[in-house]
This record gives sequence, C-alpha cells and structure tokens, in this order.
Amino acid sequence: MTAATATTRASARRNGALLGLLAWFCGVLFFLPFAWMVLTSLHSESAAATNPPSVGAGLTLQGYREFFGAGTGVSPWPPLINSLTASVASTLLVLLLSIPAAYALSIRPVRKWTDVMFFFLSTRMLPAVAGLLPIYLIAQNAGMLDNIWLLVILYTSMNLPIAVWMMRSFLAEVPKEILEAASIDGAGLPTVLLRIVAPVAMPGIAATALISFIFSWNELLFARVLTGVVAGTAPVFLTGFVTSQGLFLAKVCAAAVCISVPVLVAGFAAQDKLVQGLSLGAVK
Amino acid sequence: MIVVTQLPFVGTLVISFMRWNALDPGNRGFGGLSNYTAAFEDPTLRSSIETTVLLTATVVLVSLLLGLVLALLLDRRFRGRGIVRTMLITPFLVVPAASALLWKHAIYNASYGLLNGTLTWLWSLFGSAHAPQPDWLSTTPLLAVEASLIWQWTPFMMLILLAGLQSRPMDVVEAARVDGASTWQVFRYLTFPHLRRYLELASLLGSIYVVQNFDAVFTLTSGGLGTANLPYAVYRTFYQGHDYGQASAEGVLVVICTILLATFALRTVSSLLREES
Repeated sequence: MTAATATTRASARRNGALLGLLAWFCGVLFFLPFAWMVLTSLHSESAAATNPPSVGAGLTLQGYREFFGAGTGVSPWPPLINSLTASVASTLLVLLLSIPAAYALSIRPVRKWTDVMFFFLSTRMLPAVAGLLPIYLIAQNAGMLDNIWLLVILYTSMNLPIAVWMMRSFLAEVPKEILEAASIDGAGLPTVLLRIVAPVAMPGIAATALISFIFSWNELLFARVLTGVVAGTAPVFLTGFVTSQGLFLAKVCAAAVCISVPVLVAGFAAQDKLVQGLSLGAVK
Repeated sequence: MIVVTQLPFVGTLVISFMRWNALDPGNRGFGGLSNYTAAFEDPTLRSSIETTVLLTATVVLVSLLLGLVLALLLDRRFRGRGIVRTMLITPFLVVPAASALLWKHAIYNASYGLLNGTLTWLWSLFGSAHAPQPDWLSTTPLLAVEASLIWQWTPFMMLILLAGLQSRPMDVVEAARVDGASTWQVFRYLTFPHLRRYLELASLLGSIYVVQNFDAVFTLTSGGLGTANLPYAVYRTFYQGHDYGQASAEGVLVVICTILLATFALRTVSSLLREES
C-alpha cells in the first residue's frame, strides 16, 4: 500500500516536471517572434537580411539611431508625442466620465440598470468602419481633420463603454456600510467619490486606465484615415516607415520595438490588473 | 454618449441610400437601394464576408483552445512560472501594427524571413543546399494572416481563462480528489462548468475585436489573394474608391453581421449579470 502510494507520488512528480517543461516550451515559442524582432533590430542591415539567419553577428545600435532620425532627418518624436497626447488625454477623459457613471450604476443603482449596461456594451459592438465615413465628413466640415484632439474625442468614446463595464464591477466591491456611514456624517458626493470610493477602487481604476491606454496607443484605422502630416500617430508612422523609404529590416524592427515599449512596460508592470481588467472584473 | 456613439451610424445609414462619389461631385442625390444591390452583386464583397466569418471563427476558436491549454499549464506550480507567464503575454502587448510588420518582414519573408531561414539551416544540417523556400504570404495568405492573429490573441484568451481557473473554489476540488476523482473527472465535472462563463466571455470579447481586425489584413497582404475582410473592404471603397454611398452601404452590412454576433454574445453576458444580481 505504502509502496504503491510512493510510486504514484513519484510518477505524479515526474508528470508535474514534464508539464512544467511543456509550459516553458510554449512560453519560449510564443516569445520567439518578439525576441527575433529585438535581435533583428540590433543587427546591421546586411546582417539582418541573411538566409540562414545570423544570430548575434555584429550587434549594433544603428537601427535605433536611424529610427531616432540619425542620417535620415525623419524624426519619430512628433508621432510619438501625438500618440502620447491621444492616449493619455483620452484615458484621463475616460476615467473622468466612467467613474461617476459606474458609481451611479453600481452603488446607487438607477432603474433598469442592466438595460443601461447592455446599451453601453452594444455601442462597442458597432464596428469602427461603420462610423468611419460620417466621422470623416463631420471632421472635414468642422476643420478637425489632421487634428490630434479629434482622435482624443474618438478614443474616449471608443473606450468609454468598456471602461464603464469594468469600473462598475470594481465599484460594486466597495462596502456599502462605509458609504452609508460617510453620508450620515454629512459627506457630499464629491467627497465620497474622492475620499472613499477612489482609494478602495484604485486597482480597478488602474486596470481601466491601462486598458484604455493600450487600445488608444494601438489604434490604427481611425488614425490612418483621419490624420495626415501633423497629427499622425506612432502606428501610422510605423506603417508609413516601410513604404516611404523601402525596406530596411533592422530599422523597421527597431521602430516596432520602440513603439511597443510603452505598452510592454505598462503591461508587464501591471499583469494582475490587466487580467482583472480584461475579464471585466469578473474575477473576485 | 448617444450623440457620439450612435450618430455616426445614423449618418452612415443616410449616406448609404445616396449616390455620392467624391470623385464625381455633380452626381449627388438620392439613390434608393442601388448601393445595396451593387454591394450584393459585387463578388469581391461577397468573398470578403466569407473571409471575415472564416477568419474570425478560426482565430477565435484556435486561440481559445490554445489559451485553455496554456492556462491549464500555467495553473500549476512550477519553477519560473512568473517568467513563462510574462513571455506568454508579450504578443498581446506588442502594438498590432508592429506585430503585423514583424510577421510580414521578419518571419514570412521568402528570402530572409525566420521561417525560411530556419528551413535552410535545418536542411544544411543534413548537408542539403536546396531547402524548400515557400513564399508564405502568396501561397497560404489567409493562413498566414490567421497564424499572426492567433499568436496575438492566444495570450488574451489565456489571461481570461487563467483568471477563471484561479477563482475556482479549491475546497471542492480537494474534496473530489479525496473521493478518488481522476484528473480528467475533476476537469470535466468541476473545472469545465466553472470555466464555461469565462470561455464565453473570452470568445465574446475576442470576436468583437477580431471581426473588426484591420491592422493585420492591411499590413500583411493589403487585402490581396482573398484575405480582404469586411473592414478592409469598406476602407478600400471609402479611401481608394471615394464612393461614399457604396462604402456606407457596406458599412451597414458589417453592422448587420455584427448584430447577429452581438445578439448571441449579449445573451451570454446577460447570464453573467443575472448570476450577480
């Protein structure tokens, strides 16, 4: 009996080690394309485009120097600043609008709140292309084409529904007793929001902000159609990189790495919050 | 809220019934259903509808399945789990436009991409100088687009399912184990029912985003060789054809397709809410 248990334990441990190894294998496999992009970006153009691939031959930062404008005179800073403006400003607006809305929907449920929630989510299901043309025409008439603030408005309205959904489930976790106690003590709505709700819901706010930032930073379709020379964002700059100067593999990879860095850093730093946010706070 | 999110669509609806081509400004007016009949008679649009359905279904199903396997693997304790998780979510965090460029030039490229480079290297190990060098983007264009999207969306599915796995009540699982349930039985009768709503949530959100995919199709193949999906088709009619009426009619068709998907999806989410309240 004991011998049999020992054998099962040993085989269970062996299985566990094998599964761990399999997990490592999958992890490396999924990471490989990204690692390849980083490695290619560190090669000289001639070493990057070889077959079979050269690994680690003649590492250089030339691709990065050229991305930042050395020798080409094309600066990546305006599009990067445009992306930053659009993402940060729209994320702030999303938070400003979604917190009170979610507060109303979770803590003091308005009537038919499920219907309201569905309405919010349904707006996100409207494909972006279906609204593209009227938005283009409105922007044209309002003289807003190639203006970064147009993207700020659009990204805010795009991310707002998901943000309200996420914030609602996070705010629903704020204990009702504290809120009642506060309102008995005579605290007004702004005080309650700032002093009690905000600190408790901070992880949720961070997750919402992170996801709103990622989606704005990554957006390409609207940015491509509605911006031009002045207000082009980083993804637009990146796709234009190839066509305007022919293909320089190392430089394109360097550009792709640089443009992905803000999202990668934010995502790695806040992995747990990202999970919570993506599952719309369905995880308790 | 209504103004910003719904008004553009009303605009689209109105324009879809108009004759309006920016290259022919004199000929503007009410066109009735002509844009719709033109859209339905257009074989490229019909094929782009098929492509959208095929692309979305394949990408969502495969990445859901892979994501489930990866989530189950990551749910166990093993050395370096944090590192593996970080490596696995990387594809989701790379800017889609960047990942499309990466796949197109650094991986699929026929003369110096990673895939063909690896083939050359493998063949040279066995002393052969003639490794097959397929041009992935022209021989299997749709598969190439799908593979890059699956790479990008599997981490998303994995994250949601992992969250589901970790919110599972462990005492029940322990009790089942004590009663002699096998690993498969635990998965089939405890884990899977618990995961169901997470699987539904993941496929709902995944479908919403994949059905609208533009970056990968635009960058990898520019919609060539039967890879144009609906968003790309609308973009082309609008941006290259400047036919505003036609583009709007196509946009309305996209919405109808999405509504079909959304009705199903909303029913799923409504069960989530009901459980909560």
